[in-house]
Amino acid sequence: MAALAAMRSSCRGAGRLVCIHRVRSCSSIRFIKSKYVCVFDKSALKFSHQQRLFRTSAVLCGQIVQFKLSDIGEGITEVTVKEWYVKEGDSVSQFDSICEVQSDKASVTITSRYDGIIRKLHYNVDETAYVGKPLVDIETDASKGVAPEEDVVETPPMSHEEHTHQEIKGHKTLATPAVRRLAMENNIKLSEVVGTGKDNRILKEDILNYLAKQTGAILPPSPKAEIIPPLPKSETVPAAPKDKAHKIPVSRPIVFSGKDKTEPITGFQKAMVKTMSAALKIPHFGYCDEIDLTQLVQLREELKPLAQLRGVKLSFMPFFIKAASLGLLQYPILNASLDESCRNVTYKASHNIGVAMDTEQGLIVPNVKNVQVCSVFEIASELNRLQSLGSAGQLGTNDLTGGTFTLSNIGTIGGTYAKPVILPPEVAIGALGKIQLLPRFNGKGEVFKAQIMNEASDCLKKKERKKEDLICYSVIRCIKSCHYRSILQNCKPKLSIACCEDARHKLKHQIIEQLFCFSKCKSPLGCSYQDLTALNCR
Amino acid sequence: MVLQSSLKSCLQLSCILKTPKAGFRSTMSGGLIIQSISNDIYQNLAVEDWIHDHMNLENGQVLFLWRNSPAVVIGRHQNPWQECNLRLMRQKNIKLARRRSGGGTVYHDLGNINLTFFTARKKYERMENLKLVVKALKALSPQLDVHVTDRYDILLDGQYKISGTAAKLGRMTAYHHCTLLCNADKFVLSSVLRSPYKGIKSNATPSVPASVKNLFEEDPSLTCEMLLDAIAEEYATQHQIDHHITLVNPADETVLPGISNKTEELQAWEWVYGKTPKFSVSTCLNMVYKDSVIDVKVDLDVKHGRIEVCNIDLPEQWLPPALCSELVDSFTGSKFCPNEITTLATTLLRVCPQDDEMHSRWNLLCENMTRLM
Repeated sequence: MAALAAMRSSCRGAGRLVCIHRVRSCSSIRFIKSKYVCVFDKSALKFSHQQRLFRTSAVLCGQIVQFKLSDIGEGITEVTVKEWYVKEGDSVSQFDSICEVQSDKASVTITSRYDGIIRKLHYNVDETAYVGKPLVDIETDASKGVAPEEDVVETPPMSHEEHTHQEIKGHKTLATPAVRRLAMENNIKLSEVVGTGKDNRILKEDILNYLAKQTGAILPPSPKAEIIPPLPKSETVPAAPKDKAHKIPVSRPIVFSGKDKTEPITGFQKAMVKTMSAALKIPHFGYCDEIDLTQLVQLREELKPLAQLRGVKLSFMPFFIKAASLGLLQYPILNASLDESCRNVTYKASHNIGVAMDTEQGLIVPNVKNVQVCSVFEIASELNRLQSLGSAGQLGTNDLTGGTFTLSNIGTIGGTYAKPVILPPEVAIGALGKIQLLPRFNGKGEVFKAQIMNEASDCLKKKERKKEDLICYSVIRCIKSCHYRSILQNCKPKLSIACCEDARHKLKHQIIEQLFCFSKCKSPLGCSYQDLTALNCR
Repeated sequence: MVLQSSLKSCLQLSCILKTPKAGFRSTMSGGLIIQSISNDIYQNLAVEDWIHDHMNLENGQVLFLWRNSPAVVIGRHQNPWQECNLRLMRQKNIKLARRRSGGGTVYHDLGNINLTFFTARKKYERMENLKLVVKALKALSPQLDVHVTDRYDILLDGQYKISGTAAKLGRMTAYHHCTLLCNADKFVLSSVLRSPYKGIKSNATPSVPASVKNLFEEDPSLTCEMLLDAIAEEYATQHQIDHHITLVNPADETVLPGISNKTEELQAWEWVYGKTPKFSVSTCLNMVYKDSVIDVKVDLDVKHGRIEVCNIDLPEQWLPPALCSELVDSFTGSKFCPNEITTLATTLLRVCPQDDEMHSRWNLLCENMTRLM
């Protein structure tokens, strides 16, 4: 056998033959290993290698058991193998799932009767397997007969008996070989562990719980937990282990079988990686500011029920989208696109304002088309449509392409600041934070309550000096300009708009009309558009 | 009425379910009848899972009664693209679920009842269960011509299928469940169970289509509640237990610890779509572009619900070759799902040259590709 061959070569090297006898007489791996370390000091390195050889070769000494497909019931003689849960070389414990077979509308999970290593799968997927014929070959571990553990006498597995009762001479501790090994490796006496399995059988969970009590460590749940019922231990376990717990805790090896998991990045995530990498190559210029939205908050409260009547949910976003569009009218460079060679700028006619949405897949940016000709109400209803499609995962290509400017709302998840990244091929993006009620000082030095939102913008910094200045300046003006900020800040519920120096009367009316979505027809309030403009328009 | 006959017995159930061994031996002697208060397919399938994994059925049996809001349920080893019209289901908001038992595809709605018979593995016996159901039906409506076939279907008038069966066998327990059509929407059923997808080659278990009929059509006095009650009564008689139905809330973690994990697992994409056996799609897209029709040959290999191999045969120079290979490369490894493909393709478009003509061709190709999913 390979093991003995290894032994012989090492013995020759050291010139002692005593070890061979030891190999023959002992069947325990650990026993040999410990003996080796103390006897052969000089060639310690060589032997550590041999020890490793020993360990792996010793495993090959186990017997190969042919696990046959047991009776399914109802007189069924053949089944189709549908899925393998293991492959050759995997190690399995008793009761682990091995494969799924199907027979005439019944799906059967075949579980292992033994602990060991899978050596051969007798069938491929979609092949027919026969009851009573071998399904897999499992190499079981050599039985452990070394003190201090009690001897295990395994009853021959009967085809219907899933529970192998192991009656030990004198001491009736019921546990599977896997559980015994775990206990032995951790120097636990099985008699000290209380079993929660059937007939007080000791399960893997019981050993782990016992260990946890000793070390105070929190162990992750066993990966095969579905086979064993997760009973609340207090109800079925008597108080015995608690008495033993006040022994001086010895440091025990913590059993953790977690593994790192590597997965390829595919599909949508891969595309996002490309886009984000391209985005971060764009030279950025960012600007942050806070905006007092007290008036807007009030306005929205008033308009919400009106929108509800028409079946539309009105959030703050439609207002921001419209305000952004009004700003873009004044500064069309922010609604432009730069070609790859940075030689041409295309000023886009439509304001297709994208709204970043967080979905299960990741960041998706559908856009509202032609905001420049839409009212706040129309924007709100379109936004509703995009949001419901987005959450159902049914957005179409048209909704997701053609965007010219983007707004990202981090306030919905509670953030206040943001440093957004421009989504190519656009040149600017605005990020909106959460609206918070904060104290502020007014002109007279008095403190007042204000609804404050932090807003950050990012835009493309172009290479040529002149243009660069223009864009930066544009951004600042855009943000600070009345067409953006003051619209949001100063809109009063009584329908008046404060516009700054260069607002024209026509534009003022347009703004009112668009903001309050009453066109030439009568409003639900009963008054006409003309009446509205007559009210309080400075 | 079923609901009236069940007492406030959730407490009793929790005692039984928390300590099944003790519970069954001391309080149980024969059987337990439970009914779900939820109409969510995933929650109800999770209850089946939970009972299968956690209850000790050596000395007792369980009958589980449940109904679902519209859903299509495919068998463990089936291919949803082959079995049902996923596009239509998405539009109508009809859920797709994959159960753990084998068998074919069924449509559930509130006009259909589901029965699950849980027994110890050794006592697994489908014919007995179905005979019980037939007996209950005949007791309720003696003139009904219903019988059990050797394929474990129940036929009405010798030709219409009113019940389909499937089963799951585990280590110690087994369950057999079946549907029963009382008053389901046959129109939706037939439109949703017809797959529009062409060119699919798969070794997945195929469904055997059958003509169906509602029991309500034979005997208009029948309702789902009456059927559930009659079956529970027959079960109680046969197992010599109280005709007493315990209500179960599949969202209650205290009564069914670990149930929400099971529900989540059953809803996960990896289970519903990812467990589809390997298949290939070989078809031709007929894309209408401007005034012409462009034929595009597509070959895909899909494994675990993801595109493993992708070949798209476009006319020369219709799309720049570099972009074409970029697109194909991004499809590889992606989920075979219209939403994934759409978002992937539109995101990639951002880093492509900004040419409107090219963009519209790209979008057209993607839209046609998603029609395969």
